[in-house]
Amino acid sequence: MMKGLNKQEQLLSRIATNDGHGENSPYFDGWKAYDSDPFHPTNNQTGVIQMGLAENKLCFDLIQEWVTNHPTASICTPEGANDFRDIAIFQDYHGLKEFRQAVARFMEKVRGDKISFDPDRIVMSGGATGAHESLAFCLADPGDVFLVPTPYYPGFDRDLRWRTGVQLLPVVCESSNDFRLTREALETAFEEAQAANIRVKGLLLNNPSNPLGTVMSRETLLEAVDFINEKNIHLICDEIYAATVFSQPGFISIAEIVSENPKCNLDLIHIVYSLSKDLGFPGFRVGIIYSYNDAVVSCARKMSSFGLVSTQTQHLIASMLSDDIFVEKFLAESSDRLAKRHEIFTRGLSQVGIGSLKSSAGLYCWMDLRRMLKEATFEGEMELWRMIIHEVKLNVSPGSSFHCSEPGWFRVCFANMDDETVKIALRRIRNFVLQSKAGSAKKLCRRRSNLEVSLSFRRLDEIMMGNMMSPHSPMSSPLVQARN
Amino acid sequence: MEHNKKQHQLLSRIATNDGHGENSPYFDGWKAYDSDPYHPTNNPNGVIQMGLAENQLSFDLIQEWVVKNPTASICTAEGVSDFKDIAIFQDYHGLPKFRQAVARFMEKVRGDKVSFDPDRIVMSGGATGAQETLAYCLADPGEAFLVPTPYYPAFDRDLRWRTGVQLLPIVCESSNDFKLTREAMETAYDKAQESNIRVKGLLLNNPSNPLGTVMDRETLQEAANFITEKNIHLVCDEIYAATVFSQPGFISIAEIVQESSMKINPELVHIVYSLSKDLGFPGFRVGILYSYNDSVVNCARKMSSFGLVSTQTQQLIATMLSDEIFVEKFIAESSERLSKRYNYFTRGLSQVGIGSLNSNAGLYFWMDLRRLLKEQTTDGEMELWRVIINEVKLNVSSGSSFHCSEPGWFRVCFANMNDETVRVALRRIRNFVLQDKSAAKKQCRRRSKLEISLSFRRRDDIIMGNVMSPHSPMSSPLVQ
Repeated sequence: MMKGLNKQEQLLSRIATNDGHGENSPYFDGWKAYDSDPFHPTNNQTGVIQMGLAENKLCFDLIQEWVTNHPTASICTPEGANDFRDIAIFQDYHGLKEFRQAVARFMEKVRGDKISFDPDRIVMSGGATGAHESLAFCLADPGDVFLVPTPYYPGFDRDLRWRTGVQLLPVVCESSNDFRLTREALETAFEEAQAANIRVKGLLLNNPSNPLGTVMSRETLLEAVDFINEKNIHLICDEIYAATVFSQPGFISIAEIVSENPKCNLDLIHIVYSLSKDLGFPGFRVGIIYSYNDAVVSCARKMSSFGLVSTQTQHLIASMLSDDIFVEKFLAESSDRLAKRHEIFTRGLSQVGIGSLKSSAGLYCWMDLRRMLKEATFEGEMELWRMIIHEVKLNVSPGSSFHCSEPGWFRVCFANMDDETVKIALRRIRNFVLQSKAGSAKKLCRRRSNLEVSLSFRRLDEIMMGNMMSPHSPMSSPLVQARN
Repeated sequence: MEHNKKQHQLLSRIATNDGHGENSPYFDGWKAYDSDPYHPTNNPNGVIQMGLAENQLSFDLIQEWVVKNPTASICTAEGVSDFKDIAIFQDYHGLPKFRQAVARFMEKVRGDKVSFDPDRIVMSGGATGAQETLAYCLADPGEAFLVPTPYYPAFDRDLRWRTGVQLLPIVCESSNDFKLTREAMETAYDKAQESNIRVKGLLLNNPSNPLGTVMDRETLQEAANFITEKNIHLVCDEIYAATVFSQPGFISIAEIVQESSMKINPELVHIVYSLSKDLGFPGFRVGILYSYNDSVVNCARKMSSFGLVSTQTQQLIATMLSDEIFVEKFIAESSERLSKRYNYFTRGLSQVGIGSLNSNAGLYFWMDLRRLLKEQTTDGEMELWRVIINEVKLNVSSGSSFHCSEPGWFRVCFANMNDETVRVALRRIRNFVLQDKSAAKKQCRRRSKLEISLSFRRRDDIIMGNVMSPHSPMSSPLVQ
């Protein structure tokens, strides 16, 4: 067996035989549990409810209605088929002009028309996944590093590091100030990199945040901009959840900050975007890089050959997003439905004493179960997590999978299900909490250790482990079940 | 200058080198076309685009099918109820019916002589993405793939740019119709060994771009034996498989694998495919990687996250390609139309004494203009090329852009235009040749012997990456 393995290892590349893809992770237990016993309202009412996938399924009725009323958005309808040939044959990596214009316009609307985007700076990529990888290739050499505040989306480990050889170093954020990014934390991380002789090339922000669901305040954004200008490093802002903001405080884009601050070096500023979360179209692979740096636009555009958006989809999106009236209605309605969902869910949680981080965006909430840990350690978190998966039968994501420095937090997605399923999920949580209270809480009270303030700088090899949940991997879609 | 230096420090090495291949002299052709594009009525004296290997001959069949099959679309009244499920589906295995339809199509294109397992079908960002992904899976930076010349220029970017992998040429010569020989493979391999470069694989393109020829069974078997002996990978780019329009027929590496499972190690064999050429859908970015090696399938699938096919397009393709009656009709009709085009051009050219390599596939032919070179050198070729661009007003591709070892060959695409434009193009070439003949008689006595060009290009020539990206700004009229 070992001999065979070695033979493969010699046959294939190092990249192919390391764990950089991040899928050899303990967090697959949740997916497996869901996969082998998926909830269904009629066929499997006691199955596992999927709450680990940040999908936006709340507004497809609006999309479907629009699509039906706009047959020229398609190259397959009688009204649109005359365009089929020109669209099918078009492979220019600039993309359809109308596509870039519509995306730029949409991004402006999402930001309340406070700034403007130049369609010529819009570059396509294979989803936000491809956008991150391309930016890493453009901005850093193997061994260079990006700083990224924790907790963060686990897919970053693969997207920015796997094939590029670039590293990610955490900037630790803590619950004591609601996980806000601070100047001190940035400096600490930067200095630790310096001390380890690692060259920092940039700072990666995700705003609105996954998994926190919070938006960055103006002050924090200004701090970040100051910091990167001072160190002369890049700033990548992943704004993929920009239109999932459903309440105050509102969203402030990095685009706003740079437009207000002429001293900022624009060559350092890059935005990653996608239609996967705001519109609910992850299957369409519409990734966008927007850079204020001409050389990066040029280079990323050449790299986009590796992940262009299908012109069939460009054509559809161009039509849809240039319908200003529809876009405004959609954004308002989507926001409204997310607000309601968030409200129902968080209220249901608080009724049984479960708090969550106050948030105003995202397709999830950051649930605080620290009280329920047997031990305030990551082992304790994993134990609680397994219980939630196997007994409460909810697939939620444990904070440690997001590199959170404190155990006990869980990301719970709520926008990928219907109202009835939300009720069932809440009921299960409530029952679990009430049972827990009755049963063991009293005994545990005395034994519970102080909340560990976890390490501020994870060992490099832990980071390399890449505790990652790929949104594209086999376990994550019910449609894979259909095959069986 | 100061700003550029600063940029260099700000950006990566990959971002500031020439690995993308677009800083190449061959852009002159694109620029000429771009600034003066032919149009039958608006600009009848403009440059005719013959440098883009596109298949525009059978869109009428596609359009007809599309209108008759509204459930293939998630936007029609009949199909829109699928919109939600398709838009949300992001599993990198792809829609099962997509994989099944593609596998079935690939089988049909190979005359049902082989079978493909849908579970080995992996998506990629076009064949461009498939090549890069395979390089990442099979080789480490600094390691090399061998590739017969002449070859598609963008291999230089796809396999090398971001990966750090090298490409080393196996020189093929006109004396035996550019056929791949065992000796040439051994020579290239030995040279790599001498330079201390580890060879990880052999990259074949069959049918060939730019030659338009198919590999015969003996040559395929030689290649299979070679890679098995050296224990290196075999990557077969079969992107032009359904553009075969006459005998000899196409033999896929899949046939060799199925027949000689004792002699070839299937774990070393990988096929790159796409719908860009056979169907004429380069815009849809349907790249396919098919591997007989489980670990490669596994790894490539994880990497496909960087370039999945839009599920909207997967749905369309799945429906279209599972319509077996349509597929058979399409393949036959497309083949026939390509054959007619090819014959029309090559016959018209031979009437004025212009030969081309005898070929039976592809969207182009390999034109022999060695006679017309003032000097049998690369410079002579470039000079002739500029004359063709600027005076004859045809954007053709010079052989040296394909790393051809002998000057005087040009690739001429013929499937991206209508019949009238074909006539105009042919007329222009004939006129040019006839004019040149009268001038040539005077030069006859001065002309030097054919130089047998270098058999192994200097490494920095290769690194220059004379690449014509099909996706770059110049290549589409729609950018106008």
